[in-house]
Amino acid sequence: MQKVFGRPKGLTEVAFSFCPGCTHGIIMRLVGEVLEELEIIEDTIGVSPVGCAGFCQDFFSCDFVGAAHGRAQAVGTGIKRALPDRIVFTYQGDGDIAAIGTQHAIHTAARGEKITSIMVNNAIYGMTGGQMAPTTLEGMKTSTSPYGRDLVINGYPLDLPKTIATLDGVKYVASVSVDSPKNILQAKKAIKKAFQVQQAGLGFALVSVLSTCPTNWGLSPVDSLKWLRENMMPVYEMGELKVAEEVKNL
Amino acid sequence: MSNRVLMKGNEIIGEAAIRAGCKLFFGYPITPSTEIIEYLAKNLPKAGGTVLQAEDEIGAINMCYGAACTGTRVMTASSSPGISLKQEGISYCAAAELPVVLVNVNRTGPGLGGLGPTQSDYFQSTKGGGHGDYRLIVLAPSKAQELYDFTLEAFDLAEKYRNPVLILTDGFLGQMMEPVELKEKPTSPEVDKSWVVDGARGREKRIIASYSLTNEIGEANNLRWEAKFNGIKEKEQRWEEFYADDAEYLLVSYGTTGRISKSVVLNARKKGIKLGLIRPITLWPFPEKAFIPYKNKIKGIVTVELNTGQMIEDVKLAMDCCVPIYLYRRQGGMLPTETEILEFLEKQFKLSTEEV
Ligand SMILES: Cc1ncc(C[n+]2csc(CCOP(=O)(O)OP(=O)(O)O)c2C)c(N)n1
Ligand code: SF4
Repeated sequence: MQKVFGRPKGLTEVAFSFCPGCTHGIIMRLVGEVLEELEIIEDTIGVSPVGCAGFCQDFFSCDFVGAAHGRAQAVGTGIKRALPDRIVFTYQGDGDIAAIGTQHAIHTAARGEKITSIMVNNAIYGMTGGQMAPTTLEGMKTSTSPYGRDLVINGYPLDLPKTIATLDGVKYVASVSVDSPKNILQAKKAIKKAFQVQQAGLGFALVSVLSTCPTNWGLSPVDSLKWLRENMMPVYEMGELKVAEEVKNL
Repeated sequence: MSNRVLMKGNEIIGEAAIRAGCKLFFGYPITPSTEIIEYLAKNLPKAGGTVLQAEDEIGAINMCYGAACTGTRVMTASSSPGISLKQEGISYCAAAELPVVLVNVNRTGPGLGGLGPTQSDYFQSTKGGGHGDYRLIVLAPSKAQELYDFTLEAFDLAEKYRNPVLILTDGFLGQMMEPVELKEKPTSPEVDKSWVVDGARGREKRIIASYSLTNEIGEANNLRWEAKFNGIKEKEQRWEEFYADDAEYLLVSYGTTGRISKSVVLNARKKGIKLGLIRPITLWPFPEKAFIPYKNKIKGIVTVELNTGQMIEDVKLAMDCCVPIYLYRRQGGMLPTETEILEFLEKQFKLSTEEV
């Protein structure tokens, strides 16, 4: 009998440790599939952040380096500059890349560093128990915005991919979601392209993926998907935000 | 053929790094260290390497972290405020056991401070600096030739022990012009590179990280690092002795003040005072062994420092406080004169013979 569904080779046998309904698992699977399909597992070095996203170092079957909170792209830069013929990617939460690591997010992109970054936006700090993130929506309650994010006190949510898309060194930016089968396919396409951009040596590529955190949102897995669709998708600009000319021909 | 040239201290560090096979330099400009990145920006590409000016010192040290994970020789240099910013990354480099070479051209502090020579970062350099219980190997050159030799060697030491190595200098050493012999680098010893991440080609995947939520694993890591640090303490203590053999009094001083202290010793000897010098070369491990023969032999010590008295604590420990130990210090970028050091020594130990 032909096996039609199994673990992609890009993932190890280690079982995911995410909470039920957390879409980190779907996103990692997509990246794992892309690593396998592009046949780059043995050429790739991943950089993990601090946060729930950080567990990815055990789940991907390529070499991995664990970075300090927010520093994954600087670490990735160091690896890529040392080994320009390898594939380097970072997998980071929104707090990691869009708060504490913002200086690296901007400058890695502006330099056109030939690495791929996957940003997982769940509008919250997952690992530390649901504090406000730069991506937390207006009015959204978190443990550090218990009355809801107040724009006067906390400012506006940051749409990092939109900002990154304006920079010259950037060849590809997409903002996708994994809330439905259709969107999962779109997300995979975007992730694949972001790796192909690097394979072709073109420049920096970023894919932001909207993700759920049922545990800290206090919602069921199904309600979380609904909440993401109804609340996050209207705020964050979705789709391919930047496709450089060279990328169109890939 | 002699390869003796006149060069600026900071440029000597850059040249030695190239000759040591450093392939990547990540930095962010700050006076008085900037000539290092400038020299390398000009010359490292000619040797097949890359200099990348990072967005800040945090970026630079984390780039070093990444590059070192691949087994590539890498260096960063900065001055005190920049080194403060690097501390988180240095702690991570120590935890991941990465051979990164660091240079701190110490400038005055706290805060933005000034550019003059100082030794205000002794504690930061030798007692950790960043979080967690780790040590850096700290080398303290005091002349051009040592800037060159120690930089060459720093890369070997870092690889041998898989530990960051810090070269601690100051604005005086960095800016001075002095002749230096650009010796050929001896071939580096073979080191184990079975830990590097460079793509899992035909081997198991590797992870370099420092996260452990299991206390038992955490303790095992700490014990492993401790054993490494103890080994370094045993094998790598270095110092220079100058007229110490028959000395009744000792100056203890490193780097810039170590230089000045040599002249003080000569002046004292002319006056009939039996003064010697112990000049620590490794600040960590602190050369405790140097003091053992002098414990019950000498009458007293003066440490000469450019801070409020930092190394003096290590000297007191090394001597078990068995003789009087005084501090002579200048701060804020000021250097002591030879005369004032000698006068201080004479006063403390009531040696003034002339003016009665
Ligand atoms: C320097 C530093 N500050 C704070 C923390 C604590 N911390 C760990 S993960 C995290 C936020 C994680 O949120 P995010 O990046 O959104 O990832 P997620 O857990 O949601 O995947 C924080 C604040 C840390 N590890 N290091
Ligand atoms: S805390 Fe949130 S982000 Fe982390 S695993 Fe659980 S659901 Fe996912």
